[in-house]
Amino acid sequence: MQSEIKTLACFTMKMPFFKTVATLFSLLFGLFVGVSAWAQHAEGNHPQSDTAQTALHTDLTHAEGDAGEGEKFNVNETIIEHVTDAPVWHFADHLVLPLPVIVYSKEKGLDVFSSSHFYDEHHHVVEYNGYKMEGRNILIAATGEKTLNLSITKNVAMLFLTAIVLLWVLLSVAKAYKKNAGKAPSGLQSFMEPVILFVRDEIAKPNIGKHYEKYLPYILTLFFFILFGNLLGLLPGSANLTGNIAVTLTLAVLTFLITNFSGNGNYWTHIFWTPGVPLLLRIIILPVEIIGVFTKPFALTIRLFVAITAGHIVILSLICLGFIFHSYVVGVGASLLVVFINLIELLVAGIQAYVFALFTALYIGMATEEGHH
Amino acid sequence: MDLLTPGTGLIVWQVLIFLGLVLVLAKYAWKPILGSLKEREESIQQALDQAEKAKQEMASLKSDNEKLLKEAREERDKILRDARTAASQIHDEAQTTAKKTADKIIEDAKAVINTEKQTALRDVRAQVALFSLEIAEKLIKKNLANDKAQKELTETLINDLKLN
Repeated sequence: MQSEIKTLACFTMKMPFFKTVATLFSLLFGLFVGVSAWAQHAEGNHPQSDTAQTALHTDLTHAEGDAGEGEKFNVNETIIEHVTDAPVWHFADHLVLPLPVIVYSKEKGLDVFSSSHFYDEHHHVVEYNGYKMEGRNILIAATGEKTLNLSITKNVAMLFLTAIVLLWVLLSVAKAYKKNAGKAPSGLQSFMEPVILFVRDEIAKPNIGKHYEKYLPYILTLFFFILFGNLLGLLPGSANLTGNIAVTLTLAVLTFLITNFSGNGNYWTHIFWTPGVPLLLRIIILPVEIIGVFTKPFALTIRLFVAITAGHIVILSLICLGFIFHSYVVGVGASLLVVFINLIELLVAGIQAYVFALFTALYIGMATEEGHH
Repeated sequence: MDLLTPGTGLIVWQVLIFLGLVLVLAKYAWKPILGSLKEREESIQQALDQAEKAKQEMASLKSDNEKLLKEAREERDKILRDARTAASQIHDEAQTTAKKTADKIIEDAKAVINTEKQTALRDVRAQVALFSLEIAEKLIKKNLANDKAQKELTETLINDLKLN
């Protein structure tokens, strides 16, 4: 009992600290994004300096800058470029990290090379080694055939980063549990413990029911992956991983597979031959139920993708306001608003992780529920 | 549009990395974490249960004590009551004996007094008879000093005899 009180004391003691960190963090973020976006824009106005860079850029701002229309600023392109995947990691204009391209085709086999080969010194997309880049696809230049593009894109790199952070944090927490066996938790462990307990006691246990322990590792990993992905995605210069539809789709499909593979007779009976309903209605309900099976992962995919991407778009749009109006006043005002939106985004990061895990638990619970008719 | 369509490469990586994460974390993170959390909860529950048990034991001990105390008190009361009754009995007995003795003494005394009285009365009667005889003798002596009186008496006596 004493250890519990100690845990509580530890946690309440640390709360203001984390709050301050979060606030500071968002302030810094707002500032950083504002400054980097400004720098990027300023760069767009001086196309001459581009030649000196080895950095690569597909931004239309630059293309237009090259054409001598530096004043024109394409908000749409800028924002979309920020929230979508890219073959390079663009931190700032002079800080672009080329990432490895991995392609596989029947004709040419497996090929690995740097994505920098696809750009010339003017940041124009060029062919390399018989490959041609077209949007996200890499085609064989000669035939125009598609290849299997397994490149380490910006989002894949972000995925690695998220996985590494997740492993580092959770493995160190696990180590702390081994070290502090029988003692009160300390440090990072005492910060993570309430979250883990929350997922276990508020998400998994009440929604899945008595078999919850079997699904707990998946739900916990899901929750923390989304949470860390969301939070890391808010960092300046980072990629929009959890706001990428491929990522959310994969997670939703995994949930869908787990749900349906653990579905018991009761679950399938409810779908194909809904009990307690007149025969005619059963036939009408059947397609509805079957569609329902697929709308669940669809809703999961769209919800997370939209929530995170929309947040990023709102922040980027606000930052772009300063460049649209060419006014410091608007820029400062928009930056203040960005700080506020960022705080909301922190909240959304937690809520979306919670919601995804909650719905996953709910669906698994529905599929494994024992009949009670 | 790239934003709304999922890219194959990212899906492949996401599946690989995420499944890897689930497996690695399940084995090296969630298992020890959830295990020790459960262990701790169980130990807390056990401690609480033990405390509850100890409390109950204390309560039963207390009630035992109270029972013992009550019994002792009752016994004390009984002893006191017995002693009191015994004392009063002794007291009563002593009183009755004393009374009896006193009565006997009084009776004896009365009897003695009576006998003494009878004796005294007898003595007095004898004395009185003696005195009466003496007085009568003296009277007779005086009355019969002359002959005439002697004669008269004799006649009276003779008359009385005649009547009988």
